[in-house]
Amino acid sequence: MLRDVMTIIWKEGKELLGQKGRFKGGKTGMLIFLAVFGILMPLQNGPAWISSPLAMLYWAWIPILLASGVVADAFAGERERHTLETLLASRLPDRAILAGKIGAAVLYGWGLTVICVLAGAIALTVVHGHGKILFYPLPIAAGIVGATLLVAVFGSALGVMISLRAATVRQAQQVFSVAFLVLLVPLFALPMLPPSVKAWLAARVGTIDFKMIGIAAAGVLAAGDVLLIFIADRRFRRSRLILD
Amino acid sequence: MSDIVIRTRGLGRDFKSVTALDDLSIDVPAGIVFGFLGPNGAGKTTTIRLLLGLLEPSRGRAEVLGFDTRTEASRIRASSGALLEHTGLYERLSAEDNLEFYGRIARLSAPERSARIRELLTHFGLWDRRGEAAGKWSRGMKQKLAVARALLARPRLIFLDEPTAGLDPVAAASLREDLASLAAREGTTVFLTTHNLDEAERLCRRVAVIRAGRLLAEGPVEDLRRGESAPAIEIRGRDFGPAAVERLRGLAGITGLAETPGGLIITWAGEVRTAEAVRVLVESGASVEEVLNRRPTFEDAFLKLVKDETTEES
Repeated sequence: MLRDVMTIIWKEGKELLGQKGRFKGGKTGMLIFLAVFGILMPLQNGPAWISSPLAMLYWAWIPILLASGVVADAFAGERERHTLETLLASRLPDRAILAGKIGAAVLYGWGLTVICVLAGAIALTVVHGHGKILFYPLPIAAGIVGATLLVAVFGSALGVMISLRAATVRQAQQVFSVAFLVLLVPLFALPMLPPSVKAWLAARVGTIDFKMIGIAAAGVLAAGDVLLIFIADRRFRRSRLILD
Repeated sequence: MSDIVIRTRGLGRDFKSVTALDDLSIDVPAGIVFGFLGPNGAGKTTTIRLLLGLLEPSRGRAEVLGFDTRTEASRIRASSGALLEHTGLYERLSAEDNLEFYGRIARLSAPERSARIRELLTHFGLWDRRGEAAGKWSRGMKQKLAVARALLARPRLIFLDEPTAGLDPVAAASLREDLASLAAREGTTVFLTTHNLDEAERLCRRVAVIRAGRLLAEGPVEDLRRGESAPAIEIRGRDFGPAAVERLRGLAGITGLAETPGGLIITWAGEVRTAEAVRVLVESGASVEEVLNRRPTFEDAFLKLVKDETTEES
């Protein structure tokens, strides 16, 4: 099973790195992303970039941004380019195909995010270190790595699930964007709350245990990951994929 | 293993109210090229999908390589290769990487993969261009690459769905030659769907003809040709006037008479009476220059089968 998953990831990687003319994906796109998010932004923000716990919130969105560029292609792209039926006619087990597609998107989204995180520390050390190595405090580093992994799995599983039934890549991207917006509804709704509720929330912020919030958020994300993978697994039916 | 590679009994598949395949019962022996023929929309692709376990049958059952398509489809797919309706090539990957991917899927070891890829690409004359993206290739080259992919793991059975469709005559002939030689050399059973009758006649030892999802005939090509086509002669010459044609129609045993530019084609129910026909024409003032025995072609037989079925339906 693992070997089959790795085979799919190998193919996805080859396709991703080999593609030309697209901003997201491809070696050039990855280098631009690394330059902007791994070097330029940390240097603009200075040493505070690595010491603030808010960095976790910032980095948490990056894997979804990255994965969104490739994940819609997972099945919808294969369907659009007429490669899906041949893939399904191979000996690969259903779960290996699904896990390979999700795994490839996670590796891309999470892997590039972690590289950007490390590049930021290196850039800051070079420019602001004065001979000392600047790095994220351990809890923040662990938080970034864990949070980005959970978010990457969430975004990838959601995207692959949408891509399973989408007729075209464009349709998959549109549905994924809408799903992503729905997830952001609570943030957009905050300013619309009645003043009394806002005041109550503001009073509570001072007493919030951020560590507990972080652990709870990680728990919710992990549960969401498991749920999405479970649903994607249930929706993966060779005959449905052929007929769709 | 039984020497029957594919066995179907009453196999059928419906899509909502449309019956794509109905009551298909065939046996495909091992080691031959089996032609599955029919016009567009006859149910050929649906049959391949059912045999590969990609679709569930609505009724009936099928065994491929001894495995049930409902319950052991993964074992069927593990032992067979397929070139389906589309080439299924990853156009952004090189030809070599396309084969590498399917070699990995088939669990070939790295040295095995490398040797087999070289062997197949060399055989098809594609080795020198192995590093190019498959998307840049001509349709004929892509088709050859897709056939190479189907043969990669030396499967016992390969499914080829219209492998020469859309190819120019030279590329099609070259691919047919490759298919015939590879099938013979590797001892692979080939399940070939096509609506190209010439191709079927050249490549296939046995054929099945379907139309609108129903099996019309099955057997060796020669038997179908003999069984379905009436004997005929073609008489070429000049001055085949209405009187001559009318007198010919009066001859016993003639079932069909078609005028062609510069001649006539006469179909007989039983014994062919060439001398009598020539005599009638000459007596009517026609000049007979040439008489040809028209060996019924496979196309004649196929068209008759399909036409008979249409007439029966109407």
